[in-house]
Amino acid sequence: MTGAFLDALTFQAGYNTTLVTLGSALLGANAGAIGTFVTLRRRALVADAISHATLPGLVIAFILMALMTGEGRFLPGLMVGAVATAALGAVVIDWLVRSTRLEEDVGTGAVLSVFFGAGVVLMTVVQAMETGGQAGLGSFLLGATAGMRYAEAVTIAVSALLAGVAIAALARRFTLVCFDPTFAATTGIDIRRADLSMIALLVAVVVIGLEVAGLVLVVALAIIPPAAARFWTDRVGRMVLIAAGIGAVAGLVGASISAAGPNLPTGPLIVLTAAAIFTVSLVFGSARGLVPLLGRRERPA
Amino acid sequence: MLAPAAEAARTSARPNPAMPLSVRGLTVAYGDLEVLRDVSVDTPPGSMTAIVGPNGAGKSTLLKAALDLVPRKAGEATFFGRRFAEVRRRVAFVPQRAAVDWDFPATAIDVVLMGLYADLGLFRLPGRRHRDRALAALERVGMADLAHRQIGRLSGGQQQRVFLARALVQDADLTLLDEPFAGVDAATERAIVAVLKTLNDGGRTVVAVHHDLSTVEAYFDRVVLLAGRVVAAGPTGAVFTEAALDETYGGRLTVRGERLPDAAAGR
Repeated sequence: MTGAFLDALTFQAGYNTTLVTLGSALLGANAGAIGTFVTLRRRALVADAISHATLPGLVIAFILMALMTGEGRFLPGLMVGAVATAALGAVVIDWLVRSTRLEEDVGTGAVLSVFFGAGVVLMTVVQAMETGGQAGLGSFLLGATAGMRYAEAVTIAVSALLAGVAIAALARRFTLVCFDPTFAATTGIDIRRADLSMIALLVAVVVIGLEVAGLVLVVALAIIPPAAARFWTDRVGRMVLIAAGIGAVAGLVGASISAAGPNLPTGPLIVLTAAAIFTVSLVFGSARGLVPLLGRRERPA
Repeated sequence: MLAPAAEAARTSARPNPAMPLSVRGLTVAYGDLEVLRDVSVDTPPGSMTAIVGPNGAGKSTLLKAALDLVPRKAGEATFFGRRFAEVRRRVAFVPQRAAVDWDFPATAIDVVLMGLYADLGLFRLPGRRHRDRALAALERVGMADLAHRQIGRLSGGQQQRVFLARALVQDADLTLLDEPFAGVDAATERAIVAVLKTLNDGGRTVVAVHHDLSTVEAYFDRVVLLAGRVVAAGPTGAVFTEAALDETYGGRLTVRGERLPDAAAGR
């Protein structure tokens, strides 16, 4: 098992596994990068709701494709469905907060549970269907790279690369909007559009990560790496890079462990790896970690 | 209701293109609540104007509405005779310090560099030239030594100076400041005033929302007394009178120059 893990980790475990671990690392990097901005903009809960809101779209797409072609598990089609309801969820949150007196956390929590509940109900429909069965969808809940197909791994890797380029292009704009939206607006940045592109990129990363990390846990990849990165730096540019690095390592290690044994769910392993890195950062992080902070306090002022 | 003739005279008054900032007939409402009503203001080139008035008088709103940050119900504002969107580069804005999260992962120089983002392309990182400009701006507010400190570990006054440096680096012809002296120490207040006077001496125009009546005459050559509408506006010597202040503050002001509870609350 250790041998299989090391093989996967060092990209020696065959072409398909290599692509999967590489895709997971790319996904982790993107999630960490966009997650930095999302958390600095205090939208972590929105991210959680959006990832849960992918479920109904995913299942509806599966049902439609199963009815039409007899094969429900076609990743691009499933991604389109997931994006559709995730976007709908984001729009509903936005509408609730703007047009009612509900606070953002309440509206967000409502959308999260209602959309996820709808998805779970729809999944029972899939179970009752004769074609396809639910087998193809279970991996999207908690993530499973073991059964991942070659074309799926390529889709994930390519879309992760594209998302990475988009995040890099918008990073400076996001920084301004996160720190000081009023000032950002006076420099000509359309705040609403910047927020929309931030959420759109988040949706993209979440959907890319559905099969790897699972929709219940993928959001952790956008929240834990930035939180860990903050312990190492006081500068947002570096925070993005460190969070991307932590996300990449978590994706790589988690997918590699998962590849080493049968029935090891990828999502939880990735998240636990990220959590381990977070714990180390919390204690030893050079900018805000507990140990360096204690050392600083002991010094005479 | 205004008489038809007066109505016509008022609406025909267009913003004055010679003014760095010219506001005409500005009305702003938050929901049903009208915060500003039919406000017209001119700030002549090279002037230093204080916007003064009680809490809720719409001082910040006046700046924000002019800068397209909050929607206008009526009226218009021009900068150097143009719409704000056309001349952004000539205008710098210093928001209220309390409006941002100072725990944000950024150092003082990072914040100042944000003033130069508009000059940078999508993927280009700030170069040596930008860093030098940012450092020079920090130097002008006496903050060069703390350029690399995280902004949350600066005092309130130091944070305000960083905000001012971010505006300085934009090298604007008109600088708008929202309560630049709120919650700062005396040394910072002196430093900020000195920088603003230097700008002013160089022919630049400065407009600041100001809370402290005792320093208006020392700092500003023009004043706008605001109470949801313009009570009086013009050269400080002519406008900053007991009667006008009385009207602005609704009679709560009795002794000229004394710091009132309202005025002190902002400090």
